[in-house]
Amino acid sequence: MLTNHNHLSVAKNIKQLCFHCGSQCIDDVIIINEKHFCCNGCKTVYQILNENDLCAYYDFNEHAGISPNTQVRKDKFAYLDNTEIENKLIQFKDSKQTHVTFYLPQIHCSSCLYLLENITKINQNIITSKINFSKREIFIVFNHHAISLRKVAEILASVGYEPLISLNNAAQVKKKISRAKIYKIGVAGFCFANIMMLSFPEYLSGSTYVEPALKNLFSYMSLLLSLPVLFYSATEFYTSAWHGLKNKYLNIDIPVVLAILITFFRSLYHLFYLGENGYFDSMSGLVFFMLIGRIAQDKTQQYLSFERDFTSFFPIAVNKLFDKTFKPVPIEQLKENDVIQIYANEIIPVDAMLSKGNASIDYSFVSGESTPVAANIGDIIYAGGKQTGEKIELMVVKPMNQSYLTNLWNKQNATNKENKNTFVDTLSKNFTILVFIIAGIAFLYWAMIGKVAVGLDVLTTVFIIACPCTLLLAATFTYGNMLRIFAKNKVYIRHYNVLEKINEIDTIVYDKTGTLTQAANVAINFIGEELSAKEKILIKSTAANSKHVYSKSIVQFFAEENVVSNTNFKETIGKGIEAWIDEHYIKIGSPAFFNKPNELHKSIMYVAIDNKLLGYFITSNVYRKGFSAILKKLDNHYKQIILSGDSIAEKDFLEKTLGKNIQIHFNQKPEDKLKFIQQLQQNKQQVLMIGDGLNDAIALKESDVGIAITENNNNFTPACDIILDASFFEKFYQLFLFSKEGKKIIKLSFSFSFIYNVIGLYFALQGLLSPLIAAILMPSSTISIIAITFGLTQWSARKLKL
Amino acid sequence: MSVIIFLFVCSVLVAAGFLLAFIWSVKDGQYDDEFSSANRVLYDDKK
Repeated sequence: MLTNHNHLSVAKNIKQLCFHCGSQCIDDVIIINEKHFCCNGCKTVYQILNENDLCAYYDFNEHAGISPNTQVRKDKFAYLDNTEIENKLIQFKDSKQTHVTFYLPQIHCSSCLYLLENITKINQNIITSKINFSKREIFIVFNHHAISLRKVAEILASVGYEPLISLNNAAQVKKKISRAKIYKIGVAGFCFANIMMLSFPEYLSGSTYVEPALKNLFSYMSLLLSLPVLFYSATEFYTSAWHGLKNKYLNIDIPVVLAILITFFRSLYHLFYLGENGYFDSMSGLVFFMLIGRIAQDKTQQYLSFERDFTSFFPIAVNKLFDKTFKPVPIEQLKENDVIQIYANEIIPVDAMLSKGNASIDYSFVSGESTPVAANIGDIIYAGGKQTGEKIELMVVKPMNQSYLTNLWNKQNATNKENKNTFVDTLSKNFTILVFIIAGIAFLYWAMIGKVAVGLDVLTTVFIIACPCTLLLAATFTYGNMLRIFAKNKVYIRHYNVLEKINEIDTIVYDKTGTLTQAANVAINFIGEELSAKEKILIKSTAANSKHVYSKSIVQFFAEENVVSNTNFKETIGKGIEAWIDEHYIKIGSPAFFNKPNELHKSIMYVAIDNKLLGYFITSNVYRKGFSAILKKLDNHYKQIILSGDSIAEKDFLEKTLGKNIQIHFNQKPEDKLKFIQQLQQNKQQVLMIGDGLNDAIALKESDVGIAITENNNNFTPACDIILDASFFEKFYQLFLFSKEGKKIIKLSFSFSFIYNVIGLYFALQGLLSPLIAAILMPSSTISIIAITFGLTQWSARKLKL
Repeated sequence: MSVIIFLFVCSVLVAAGFLLAFIWSVKDGQYDDEFSSANRVLYDDKK
């Protein structure tokens, strides 16, 4: 390696994939055991695994590794030594061991599971480690006499799994997953099946063959088994119906509860007064199937957080100056005039004044403007900004709970999305009213011809048979399956209501940066002198040392060229890079790095070799694939508006590609976006907004449907109704089409269930509904409805290529 | 006849046993993470 240090064109131009993480190796330098690595970070992880006999990691999945974040500074986890912070994070501690759970967003495959559960081999003082894969959490028990919490975090980070510790971790009361519904289903299923078994003898043989004593016993056992269903399994229908009644709102659970109660009391009457078997099986079956429907609907993404707020990406601690040394403190303890220290790529948690160092603040979380803003000593820097340059010192102006960002966030709480009548609710409401009318007329008819007893009989059986159970199930199973299909396409929907709301949308609002454009990709172009092959090699070799997005795009720009290994390299974070290669001095960086003003107001990087300026690279956003086609397609049906936090630099381009129909507004602050949405809503427009960062968060919350787009599920997504993976954006239009299909499917299965209801009513109105007919109609209608909805959603999803 | 009653009681008890086993497994968190346990059994323990 050293021998060819000073020669050009040694490296072969064969693209090797990194053995660890699978990204392309830019040079051929990092090789051990005949394995290529893209960077030293990956190599180190491999070495650790190799030493500890954990290389099976690579057998389960090829290139499973995660390139460790090399920018992590040495004492990043120093704050974990602070007992106060430590106590907030750990769950349990006794004289021997400590229990802690970390969130590791990098967990993604079986290799991760293998490695992390065998982390005990790397350090014997970690006693147990257990992964919860769906939550992406690791539970660790360690011997705190031998290693500290900090050390545990550092071990995890050293193998590429850096724990994400945010302010949210500390504040959050551990959410308990409610399993009550599952228990209720279990109980209902148990009772339903046993009551069915007890009823069979009577159904199969008619009442004649069963011995009276046995028949009686079976009936009483049925009653006994129906009690847990009535008093335990069905409770949530009662609460929901009561809630509806209290708010003077006829929700779908009211007729359900009515059916349950009438069936039960009517069965009691049968049992005690007539000495016959009742409808206990139908009642428990009803509850059982309804609960299954609920679960199918609820079982979506219980682990995806749709309610994340800014605290989930704020640091938990920050270095504060005590006399002459900096020590970590929890950020809520910061007071006015405290001096804090912020390192590169860290978020400033409070409004503060710059007191030392060169600040270059990326406010993209707050304002959407991604080009860093330079700040001078004495300038106020707002909470939520991210320092991109060197280490800086700041003086706190306002404590965290009074910062601009917190205010912005809290302003939101006043407005609340009212739950509007959904389409299913309206349908079932009409259905219920219809049932009341039919039952009333039938009762009157029988009463008029003098048969009040039959009239009462009919009245109650109508309610038993015409319960909107199948209607409700049609909706829940259709939506449940749709949510599942969407999730498979990486579109995660918070609640099935959202699907109904999508159908009412007439206006779509887009954020530009990060939504219509790709967040992690920039287009690059070189403007300046014609570069010689050697110069290209020198520039590429310099850039290959850096992991910055711009450097990476330079490397890609010169994809054809070779790379020379070089070691004399220096990166000034946020400014630029320089290197000595083959007796040449190469310098690439921002205008500030060259002490030049940025006249173009665009992101540019000057390039100089041996202090001779050759020209500059100019970067621009890359729009998502097919975005103009999608917007044009939607243009026929929706009003579309683009709100951009950026300056008007790309106005011409957008107007040219999208046409005049689409309004574009620039320089929009978060509050402007919020106001804009509110204005649209005042004009009775139903607004769907799609955005990405925190700057869109309040507008997303305000809009009727808020969609957060993300290129990586682990990233911060603001509170929203739908989390949409960027890869789905090409199929954005299908989101609307499929929701429409869903409504059609529900209507269709409604008509099917209507047929069942008519058959049932045919018997009920004549006073002929026997428990046997009810027991056959109920499950068969339910199961066929499930089959129909499932089949149709699956078919229409395939049609739409979802 | 009493045999049938006896059989019925037995069958309900067996079923109740399964119900309890189900509730136990849910409570234990068996269904919280379907990926880990399924993969964990595949790893050889070299020790």
